[in-house]
Amino acid sequence: MRKILEVRNLSKIYGKGCPRCIESTGPEQETNMCPYCGSVVAIHDVSFDLHAGEILGLMGESGSGKSTVVKNLYFDQAPSDGVARFFEADAAHEMFQLNAAQQRRLRNQRFGMVYQNPHLGLNFGISSGGNIAERLLMSDVSHYGEIRARAKELLSRTEVLLSRMDESPAAFSGGMQQRVQIAKALATNPPLLYLDEVTTGLDLSVQARILDLILEIQQERNTAMIVVTHDLGVIRLLTGRALVMKYGRVIESGLTDQILEDPQHAYTQRLVASAL
Amino acid sequence: MSAGYNFGFMDEHAKKEVRRAILKAIAIPGYQVPYSSREMPMGRGFGTGGLQITLSLIGADETLKVIDQGSDDSVNAVNLRQFVELTCPGVNTTTHLNEATLIQSRHRIPEVPLTPEQVLVLQVPYPDPLVVVEPSEDKRKIMHGEADYARLLVKLYEDIVKFDEITISHRYPTRINGHYVIDPSPIPRWDVPKLNDSSALILFGAGREKKIYAVPPHTKAEPLAFDDVPFRVESFNDAAGNRRPCERCAATDSFLDEYINEDGSKRYQCSDSDYCDSTLKNSLLKNGVLANTKEAAHA
Repeated sequence: MRKILEVRNLSKIYGKGCPRCIESTGPEQETNMCPYCGSVVAIHDVSFDLHAGEILGLMGESGSGKSTVVKNLYFDQAPSDGVARFFEADAAHEMFQLNAAQQRRLRNQRFGMVYQNPHLGLNFGISSGGNIAERLLMSDVSHYGEIRARAKELLSRTEVLLSRMDESPAAFSGGMQQRVQIAKALATNPPLLYLDEVTTGLDLSVQARILDLILEIQQERNTAMIVVTHDLGVIRLLTGRALVMKYGRVIESGLTDQILEDPQHAYTQRLVASAL
Repeated sequence: MSAGYNFGFMDEHAKKEVRRAILKAIAIPGYQVPYSSREMPMGRGFGTGGLQITLSLIGADETLKVIDQGSDDSVNAVNLRQFVELTCPGVNTTTHLNEATLIQSRHRIPEVPLTPEQVLVLQVPYPDPLVVVEPSEDKRKIMHGEADYARLLVKLYEDIVKFDEITISHRYPTRINGHYVIDPSPIPRWDVPKLNDSSALILFGAGREKKIYAVPPHTKAEPLAFDDVPFRVESFNDAAGNRRPCERCAATDSFLDEYINEDGSKRYQCSDSDYCDSTLKNSLLKNGVLANTKEAAHA
C-alpha cells in the first residue's frame, strides 16, 4: 500500500508557551492548560501514517485535540511544531514548509474537508452548485458547461435533488447540507479527505445514509480519509485504524477492532464500557 | 488668474508622492498602489483621485480634456476643468480629443482610439474588484498577491445560472497582464476592450480609497469570463435586430445613451459628445450643408 501522509511530532500550543508546558499537561496531569504560563497545549507529539484508500479514526472527548490535528493538516491553522509529508505519485510535499500559494493549491486540489458545521465549509450566500463551482474554479477549470456538468454529477452522486442545485444551502436540511459539503469536498477528486464530526447532530437514519455514502466513496475512488468523531459507532463502522486522544496526547493507537475489543488505556476502557 | 495657489494646487512634495505611486503602478500593471490621498477643495467621491493624478502630471505645455459620462459640459467635467484652469495658469483646455494630451474621464473611455502621446486618467470610486466577495482588506491583499480570483468567477457562474448571461453592466473585473484583476472604474462593458493593448497609458485614481493603479500601453487586459461563455459588450440593436444609429449624428459604432422623451418614447444618442459632434460635422461637410469655415470647426 502506498503511503500518502506521514505526520511526525505534530504540536500546537495556544499562548506564548514556557519550558514546563509539556511536562505539566497531558492525561496524567488531567489538563491541557499549563499552570505556569496559562498556555493551552492543544496537541503534542502526534505522529501517524496514512495509506491510500485507508480510513483512520481520531477519537476522544471534547477538547482532546482531535479537530486541531485535522485543522493543522488542512492549513486552517499553523502548527507550533512538527512535520507532515504529503506524497503524490511523483512528488512529496513538506506540508508546513510550503508557501501560502502552494498550501492553497494542496488544500484546493488535493484535500477535501467536511466540517461538522456546514457554515464553515459552505458559502451560504451562493447556490449549492456555486459552492462546487468555487472549488473547481480554484483548480483552474474555466469552462462553464464542464463546471455545471461536474456539479450535477457530484450532487446526484451525493443524492441531492438536482432540481434544487441552484438554491442556497440555507434552504436545505442539515443532512442535505452535509451532502452538499461532501460533494464540494469531492469536486476535485482529492486523494485525501478530512471528515470532522460529519454526522454529529443528525438524526440516526440520516447518519446511516451519510456513513454509507462515505464508505461507497472510499470504495469507488480509493480516497484516504481521516475521520474525527467522538461517536464509537462511526469509528467502528468506518475506520480500519484509530487513534485515541486525551488532553492533546495520543494515548492509544492500533486497529479499530483491537482498540474496541481490548482497550489498554484506562480512559479507552471507560470510553468503550460507557458506549456498549 | 492664479488665485495665489501653487501651480497645480498641491504642494510639490504631494505631487512627487503621487508621481512615485504612478511609477510603481506602471511597473506592476494592475496592482493597487496605496498613496496618501490629499484633501482637495471638493468632496471625496467627486473625482479627487483622478484630479490628484491630473494635477501631478500636468505642465504648462499640456492640453487637458475633462469628460464626465462621455460629455464635456456636464457638471463634474465643467467644475474640474475650471479648477484646473484656476490653479494651473498656462495650461490649455479643450473639448476635442485630438487636441488633448491629458484626458481625465469619469465613466467613459473616448470612442476614438487614444494615441501614444495621450494619457487617460480615470476617476475610480471603488478600486478593489474583490470587495464584493471579501470584506476584509487584509484578506483581499493576500488574494490579489496569489491571483486567487475563483470567488469572483463564482459570481459570474451564479449570474449565468440565474440569468443565462453575465449581468455586470459596468466595473467589469478585468485581468491585467495575466495576474492582477482590476476594477476598471464604472466604464460600461463597451469600453473594456479598449483597455487591451491600448496605445495610451491609462491611469486610475481612487481618492477616497487612496489607491492608484495603471494599465500601461500595450498591456494585455482580459475581462474575466468562461471558455464557453465569452465576454460580450452591450448590444444596441432594436427589436428587429438592426443596429440603432445615434439620432443626432447617425453613427452606428458608438456607445449610445437612452433618453426618454416627454411622450414616453425612447431616443438614442452618442454618449461621447465630442465623437458625436465630429461625426455630425463630417457628415454635414460631406453633404455640403456646412461650408468648411472657421464656424464649422466648432459646430
